Amino acid sequence: MAARAKPKLAVWKFASCDGCQLSLLDCEDELLAVAGQVEIANFVEASRAVVKGPYDLSLVEGSITTPHDAERIHQVRRASKFLITIGACATAGGIQALRNFKDVRDFTSMVYATPQYIQTLNKSTPIVDHVQVDFELHGCPINKYQLVEVLSAFLNGRKPNTPSHSVCVECKRRGTVCVMVAQGTPCLGPVTHAGCGAICPSYNRGCYGCFGPMETPNTVSLSEGWVRLGATEPDLVRAFRGFNAFAEAFRRESEAHEDQNPKG
Amino acid sequence: MKTRTLKVDYLARVEGEGGLDVKIRDDKVVDVKLKIFEPPRFFEAFLRGRQFTEAPDIAARICGICPVAYQMSAVHAMEYALGVQVEGPLRDLRRLLYCGEWIESHVLHVYMLHAPDFLGYEDAIQMAKDHPDVVQRALQLKKAGNQIVTVVGGREIHPINVRVGGFYKVPTRHDLEPLAERLKWARDAALETVRLVAKFPFPDFDQDYLFVALRHPDEYPFNEGHLVSNRGLDITVDRYEENFVEEQVQYSNALHSTLKGQGAYFVGPLARYNLNFDRLSPLAQEAAREAGLGPACSNPFQSIIVRSVETVYACDEALRLIQGYEMPEKPAVEVPVRAGVGYGCTEAPRGILYHRYRIDARGAILDAKIVPPTSQNQKTIEQDLWQFIPKHLDLPPEKLQWQCEQAIRNYDPCISCATHFLTLKLDRK
Repeated sequence: MAARAKPKLAVWKFASCDGCQLSLLDCEDELLAVAGQVEIANFVEASRAVVKGPYDLSLVEGSITTPHDAERIHQVRRASKFLITIGACATAGGIQALRNFKDVRDFTSMVYATPQYIQTLNKSTPIVDHVQVDFELHGCPINKYQLVEVLSAFLNGRKPNTPSHSVCVECKRRGTVCVMVAQGTPCLGPVTHAGCGAICPSYNRGCYGCFGPMETPNTVSLSEGWVRLGATEPDLVRAFRGFNAFAEAFRRESEAHEDQNPKG
Repeated sequence: MKTRTLKVDYLARVEGEGGLDVKIRDDKVVDVKLKIFEPPRFFEAFLRGRQFTEAPDIAARICGICPVAYQMSAVHAMEYALGVQVEGPLRDLRRLLYCGEWIESHVLHVYMLHAPDFLGYEDAIQMAKDHPDVVQRALQLKKAGNQIVTVVGGREIHPINVRVGGFYKVPTRHDLEPLAERLKWARDAALETVRLVAKFPFPDFDQDYLFVALRHPDEYPFNEGHLVSNRGLDITVDRYEENFVEEQVQYSNALHSTLKGQGAYFVGPLARYNLNFDRLSPLAQEAAREAGLGPACSNPFQSIIVRSVETVYACDEALRLIQGYEMPEKPAVEVPVRAGVGYGCTEAPRGILYHRYRIDARGAILDAKIVPPTSQNQKTIEQDLWQFIPKHLDLPPEKLQWQCEQAIRNYDPCISCATHFLTLKLDRK
């Protein structure tokens, strides 16, 4: 039967906002075509039906923040031929990784009256810290066209075409005048991974790093550029401490500026 | 003693992770627990020390389905603290952006998450095999909402263009014109949606609810208004915490909200509709009447009709806003920084979303409080199940479980928001 030959797709959620898996449902023009190529075997946000593993392709959204999830990700890995992380939470720990720079017990008691009911780990960590990952798709949120490209690549046994250069290249390609040079607006574009299509500069705002660090970013040099435009040390700490705060290059850079100003 | 346990470990077709435990002893429901085990992410804690300007972008990350709502409540709270008023075309653009989110979110819920329950499908993709035209219409209607958010906000999930005081860049009239063309089609598609869902079979389940929503002197509420109830509450937004309390329960990572002295309450489309029917556009009112709804509706299963009527309204209102739009000279008003406390409450697709921030003289956030709609509805969802299950104990377990899930999905619960759901466990003896 032809239906049996379809690859099984599963979507898994850990600590996250649901936005990256929503990107799949936001593929209004492509969703039914994708659904025709795969068997959607586990996608709790969209379906009651759950098909047993193993799965050919697992999309993982969210970071690991609880003891239970630290176990569950191993089950997902064991049941999956390919495992792809989608988004900044799964790939870098997400905005919730801001806890990694503080004591999580303080955080729990700020939000919950009875912190002992809450089970949480000290750090929010990316999936790759726990299991082997076959491909990481960046973004907060991911770009839905890149998601379709990644699905299509894995279904056809080829490498996904998702450039790892900086947002600057995307600005040049769409003809956006550099906001940092022309308007003096601080921008993370020079060190940020491409993928969004350079949206912010086209709206007269500096990039704020949703897609995390590009390959070999020169964050030190960019920080110097920001300082020339009037940024303070705490401004730099906050700039690098966003949705990809725990990604190695951004973490190092934010810590460098915190050291000079312990009050942060 | 006969004991039955109804347990749904992972509630499907809801945003986020939750479950439900129900205990039945000798055909009596003895316990209902809506459990939210979505991992806590501590937004209120890590907002401390950030600049007030960062709140809209950070708070948006609480929910990928209703980021606009988080941005809107955040900017209104900050503007309250800073003594800033955003009016005219900038205010209209915010309203337009919100229309886009309501359309996108409501259509997602009506067609992809809720309709399969009424038609007996596990999901919309299976539904598409038998009803391809319906699912195609749904996807294109949802796209109309997403396009508004993309043009005004920059992208559909976590828009980048919202700031305290207005926007980074405002669209020209020319930018909005293609949206208007699509919205005319979308408004008709939304009317078709109302007709479709009006024919679904609804269990008799009218309840005496305490509804809470915003109410504005002239408009169906999005960004502004008083907080009102059907039992006499009428307060300004800054008095929210005097009137509502949040409490922690052991089995859930989301805090439960109650109205002081009155207990559980109901927020969202059904509450807005009951408290603001007279503020809907004539076309939306007519669509509701044709669907057999009066100005009041207290059957949560019919919330799917109300959500569809609100979709008609959002298309209608978006068209009105686009037709009247004049591009403002500046994309944002000046925002002088000062110390203060700010309160904001706006109507997310799922109901009122309250934010409160305290900021210092340099604009740093000292503390933050965020109360999402789903945590406000948790107690009401549990109460519905207390009422619903005893009347349906004759159903086979699997069918009962599905109907309980459907009763929860009436609220379009967003669990990612509420922890800032669903596993159903039916324990029957």
